[in-house]
Amino acid sequence: MIQATNDFVIKFANVNGSGSASANELFAKAILRMGVPVSPRNIFPSNIQGLPTWYEVRVSEAGHLGRRGGVDLMVAMNPQTWATDVAEIESGGYLFYDSTKPLPPSAFREDIQVIGMPLTMLCVKHYNDPRQRQLLKNVLYLGGLSTLLGIEPDVVEKLLAEQYQGKPQLAQPNIDAFRLGRQWAADNLQPIGLKVRRADNVGDRIFVDGNTAAGLGCVYGGATVCAWYPITPSTSVAEAFEKYARKFRTTAEGEKKYAIVQAEDEIASIGMVVGAGWNGSRAFTATSGPGVSLMTEFIGLAHFAEIPATIINVQRGGPSTGMPTRTQQADVLACAYASHGDTKHVLLFPEDPFEAFEQSAAALDLADRLQTPVFVMLDLDIGMNQRLCKPFAWDEQRQYDRGKVLDFEELESGRPFGRYRDVDGDGIPFRTYPGTHPKRGAFFTRGTTKNVDAGYSERGPDYLENVHRLVRKFVTARGLVPQPVVTSARQPTRVGVLFYGSTSPAMHESAQRLASEGLGIDLMRIRAYPFPESVRDFVLAHDHVFLVEQNRDAQLRTLLINEYGLNPAHIQPILHYDGTPITARFISRAIRDHLDRIADLEGRAA
Amino acid sequence: MTYLAKPKLHHPSLKPNKVGFTRRDYEGRISTLCAGCGHDSISASIIQACWELDIEPHRVAKLSGIGCSSKTPDYFLGQSHGFNTVHGRMPSVLTGAYLANSELLYMGVSGDGDSASIGIGQFVHCMRRGVNMVYIVENNGVYGLTKGQFSATADAGSKSKKGVVNTDSPIDLVSLALQLGASYVARSFSGDKTQLVPLIKAAIHHRGAAFIDVISPCVAFNNHAGSTKSYDYVREHNDSVNFLDVIEHRNPIEATQPDDGSLIEVAQHDGSVLRLRKTDPDYDPRDRIGAMNFIARHQAQGEVVTGLLYVDPDARDFHQHLGTVETPLNKLGTADLCPGGTALDKLNASLR
Repeated sequence: MIQATNDFVIKFANVNGSGSASANELFAKAILRMGVPVSPRNIFPSNIQGLPTWYEVRVSEAGHLGRRGGVDLMVAMNPQTWATDVAEIESGGYLFYDSTKPLPPSAFREDIQVIGMPLTMLCVKHYNDPRQRQLLKNVLYLGGLSTLLGIEPDVVEKLLAEQYQGKPQLAQPNIDAFRLGRQWAADNLQPIGLKVRRADNVGDRIFVDGNTAAGLGCVYGGATVCAWYPITPSTSVAEAFEKYARKFRTTAEGEKKYAIVQAEDEIASIGMVVGAGWNGSRAFTATSGPGVSLMTEFIGLAHFAEIPATIINVQRGGPSTGMPTRTQQADVLACAYASHGDTKHVLLFPEDPFEAFEQSAAALDLADRLQTPVFVMLDLDIGMNQRLCKPFAWDEQRQYDRGKVLDFEELESGRPFGRYRDVDGDGIPFRTYPGTHPKRGAFFTRGTTKNVDAGYSERGPDYLENVHRLVRKFVTARGLVPQPVVTSARQPTRVGVLFYGSTSPAMHESAQRLASEGLGIDLMRIRAYPFPESVRDFVLAHDHVFLVEQNRDAQLRTLLINEYGLNPAHIQPILHYDGTPITARFISRAIRDHLDRIADLEGRAA
Repeated sequence: MTYLAKPKLHHPSLKPNKVGFTRRDYEGRISTLCAGCGHDSISASIIQACWELDIEPHRVAKLSGIGCSSKTPDYFLGQSHGFNTVHGRMPSVLTGAYLANSELLYMGVSGDGDSASIGIGQFVHCMRRGVNMVYIVENNGVYGLTKGQFSATADAGSKSKKGVVNTDSPIDLVSLALQLGASYVARSFSGDKTQLVPLIKAAIHHRGAAFIDVISPCVAFNNHAGSTKSYDYVREHNDSVNFLDVIEHRNPIEATQPDDGSLIEVAQHDGSVLRLRKTDPDYDPRDRIGAMNFIARHQAQGEVVTGLLYVDPDARDFHQHLGTVETPLNKLGTADLCPGGTALDKLNASLR
């Protein structure tokens, strides 16, 4: 049987709507409070009640937060998925199930240890209320597992007390059920090989999901208008913005220093964001792939009319109606080139909730500075799962960068103004807000048919002047966006790996493993498009370059090749796109296989 | 259409209004629409209304979608910011702009293709929300810029210039606006400035979603016999229910006013008074359900009911619904908006 301390994967198979989510989250948090890093992942259906849902927790004292793959202990609470759940357990692993109803031996496997706890029977015996019977069943198995794994009961009871703070009538029955489960397991179950032992590897890190972080980042970043339309997996971004804005931006009189509108669709959402941006408010929307598709006409207008807009795209499985509750990084090209005509947009790629917070705030600054749409490319894996990350940070001295805006005094002083004139040579023109000055600074905003002073023009040279300036502006953006992060191998190496976003923890784990096996690789984490020149230099500096992505068509690779005219043969894609988060095992194998193939070819050639 | 720019010199008799602007200061660039286009008369009415109300031009934001009507904001209020947005999507852009700054006057100009077809969803929802704006549809029943296709407001049975008879039921934007909760609804005719100018002025005074459907014949594609949006047809079938005077501040009601029920005074939230001289004794513009019935009945008889059709003087607007601060959101700075590091430390602590 598998023997592991602080390094295993436990998966809960539940029926959604059964109240299991909060018990499972409590389980993960209890381990964290014992100083052992965990990374939980919700795998859930597009449904409210009755369908299968899973919660997978990787316990890793070493701090690996990517998905590992494989399951050491399955908590099988859903008869619908019994067969596949049992099949998924690693050989030598454990199966924990509700043994109230006897199951034939054929329902089990020979190579795993089976742990039965009569949860339903215990609930029926101790509780009369049917709702209680269901909800407390989850807490009962929490108690049982805590005994088996050695989770400290005080930690769980403290968490339960915190969860039901101010509701003692709920706290006590939960604590009682937890103790009941613990005691029953102590009296009836054999110990297992998986253990949690107190450690000190969590530090001051926080445990939060990326969508909450992004919503909070928009509050900190000074967004005053949020227009959105519900879509999984982005909905909780707007909800978090509302929650924190209500908390931090309500005056003593109860008035709000923000406006949030649930629009009639994504077209209206982005329209409102564009209108607010045009009028000098920081505005954002949160959406997912299908929403971006609907927004593209407006995104093109905002690009050409040069209006700031922040779009938080929590990517999900594509195409649009495909896998709304699964994760992918498959909107890269759709966002980079969104809209008709020659358009290119700034994309940011946060790796975790810490960066989701930081980059959402940064996107609002960048959108104002560059007067253009900026995408924050989250995905479901970071967006909707709680992740251990650095605590949010904010420099008290930081002031919002509102970009090049002429105010009343500057207009009054007679400073010349031409809306689309490149006065500084960086491609970024000055703008004015409506209503600023009675005589100066007014202009008419339209798409492309204009001259440098915003007058109507269908002349070719005027068009060219404008779109060439936009190219200059995009080059300026390379220096303003978050720069790539390089992690070099201990020894010089010919192998370089590029990656971005939620791939980060799996990539770092893979690099560690490969290094321990004697293969050193240089890593570059891309954090934004347009790519700074250092990305091109990194590619050119390595003989073997990999680009790891979670989409089928190697979208960021296409973008990179396009942008710098790189040789496609030089960049080997590593692609994972079945809707589950990428794993270190997958990446390591892909790198190994490719390098072996090349060595093989070189060997044959020699 | 004229290629001759008007002289820059102001005529000495052009008197400035209370805020120091002459009527010329409210004009825009020279119209590129067809000579005789109803839309130009509407632009002229907007200019007159803003000048008479002493509105500083730069305090107006004018927004439009795409189409002939949507080109017009370039032809009035040249000292205002304007935004020619996306086909059918002016309402959302206007809503966002209004959210950013509640202090400006928002003028949305749209057409029947823009508002009744591609953008009907946005039209519907901005009326529901009570966005504080003047929303004018320049309604000619036809797609002008693409040369004469029927729009969704074309009456069933009306004939296109090419002789095609429309069989689809028309959308009546006025009835729709009433149903959706617009708090100021009017209809007028581009050929009748004496009716239209006071309607625009009253709409500007109104707080909430003010909608004006202006029948505006298309001289190029929809002004022929068989059209129900031609100058001749509308003149013959126009049934005006009232005449409107906008009195900027409430004056004591004079004793000489007739008290026979033909006069209605409606006080608006800003102190102005709408004085309506009824021409149809059955019509009360404060009764929304009654207005809907009246319009439907007369529509069935082929009549185009015009005038101030409905007004709710106590309407609340979207910012009031949202409970936002009085200071425009776009004037709030870092100190107003950023919760700061100490709050973040506390929040971090709660996430452990």
